[in-house]
Amino acid sequence: MTKLTQKNKRTALLCGISFLNLALFAIAGEMKDANGPGAATKNQIVIKDFHFTPQTLTVKSGEKITWINRDDEPHTVVSVEKQFKKSSALDTDQEFTTIAGAPGTYSYFCSVHPKMTGTIVVEK
Amino acid sequence: MSDYISHDHEDDGIDRRGFLHCMAWAGTGLLWTISGGVLASKTLAQIAKAGEPLPTTDLSFLQISDSHIGFSKEANKDVTATFRIALDRINAMPTPPSFLIHTGDISQLSKPEEFDTFDEVLKSCRTKDVFYVPGEHDVLDGSGKLYRERYLKSLEGKGSGWYSFNKNGVHFIGLVNVLNLQTGGLGQLGDEQLEWLEADVKDLGSSTPIVVFAHIPLWAVYPEWGWGTNDSERALGYLKRFGSVTVLNGHIHQVLQKVEGNVTFHSAMSTAFPQPAPGTAPSPGPMKVPAEKLRSMLGLTSVQYLQGRSSLAVVDSNLS
Repeated sequence: MTKLTQKNKRTALLCGISFLNLALFAIAGEMKDANGPGAATKNQIVIKDFHFTPQTLTVKSGEKITWINRDDEPHTVVSVEKQFKKSSALDTDQEFTTIAGAPGTYSYFCSVHPKMTGTIVVEK
Repeated sequence: MSDYISHDHEDDGIDRRGFLHCMAWAGTGLLWTISGGVLASKTLAQIAKAGEPLPTTDLSFLQISDSHIGFSKEANKDVTATFRIALDRINAMPTPPSFLIHTGDISQLSKPEEFDTFDEVLKSCRTKDVFYVPGEHDVLDGSGKLYRERYLKSLEGKGSGWYSFNKNGVHFIGLVNVLNLQTGGLGQLGDEQLEWLEADVKDLGSSTPIVVFAHIPLWAVYPEWGWGTNDSERALGYLKRFGSVTVLNGHIHQVLQKVEGNVTFHSAMSTAFPQPAPGTAPSPGPMKVPAEKLRSMLGLTSVQYLQGRSSLAVVDSNLS
């Protein structure tokens, strides 16, 4: 996982001040199979029946967010404003993780089934 | 069947009774035909068994869709086998179709090995000429590069892979509506493709029969499930003046039909797994049915064109 650099932090801070909703997530996406019993459930978004649940998730800046696909259909997680790195196509039981960046509201959707939308609210 | 048309107020070759009759057949997953207002019912299996030739046609082609090679979940653990059965059915036809149209979702996850398997199995098909449009499962890399390299190499694909061609006086248009999808939206053609389409049909005579094929329906089948295309109205506007327009799609893994003026919309079955009827399940995901029922819900679509007839004959048959 990539840590925020000083420069990124400054950029994020400036963006956060100027445009609350344009702050950057850390570029820290990763994907893996998630069948292990120790899979974390904190800040987890389950993809099931073509829905993101919860549809709105509130997290603290710096926390890890995980999406897990429980459908028999591939899905993706893509930031509407390209504010964080998109996932690749997640097959059944695969998961995708990113780190919440600066405070703000982040809309995302599934680029394969764009009717599927969700929101991340990042608090300080 | 001898259901000659009795009420044809719009002079479109379809009356209400006939249309409802067709819908009833479609609902049972059986085979049905509309050709110039004459309805007929025969399964491809029956035809093959009786050795009875199809009516003489100027052109016949076959639509195959949603193979989903690589899918291995409960709804069908062997999609390669059912794809092979579909090809066997084509090979058993007394008059082989001139060419195939594949309306997308060749693969489950756009993996090279899935495309490899598809290509390998397809070699057993007697009909060698195949025209493709991508499904969203074929372009999961976001650009569809791999799909285009494999399936458009012999065609002059425009933009992200759309094209047109002529066969026996019929103008065929393959459209791409699975790329650059926008949040909250449906399938999308995009300005560049729509401008190309307008120019493509501009010089054609209005009596030229048109066949449009794309993966996602070009009519609002069920927008709640994403079963429609945002800018399809604009595309259909360019085709309004033509006397016969047949629009073929896949994506929804079931036979549905709608007739609007001179335009016939038709969606085909998958060769991999069925999907629920609009709104009848929590989601449009793969539908699990009893093993003995599966093949009755998979199938392919045969299309015949007879010169001088106002519409093309569209015949669905299942794999049971």
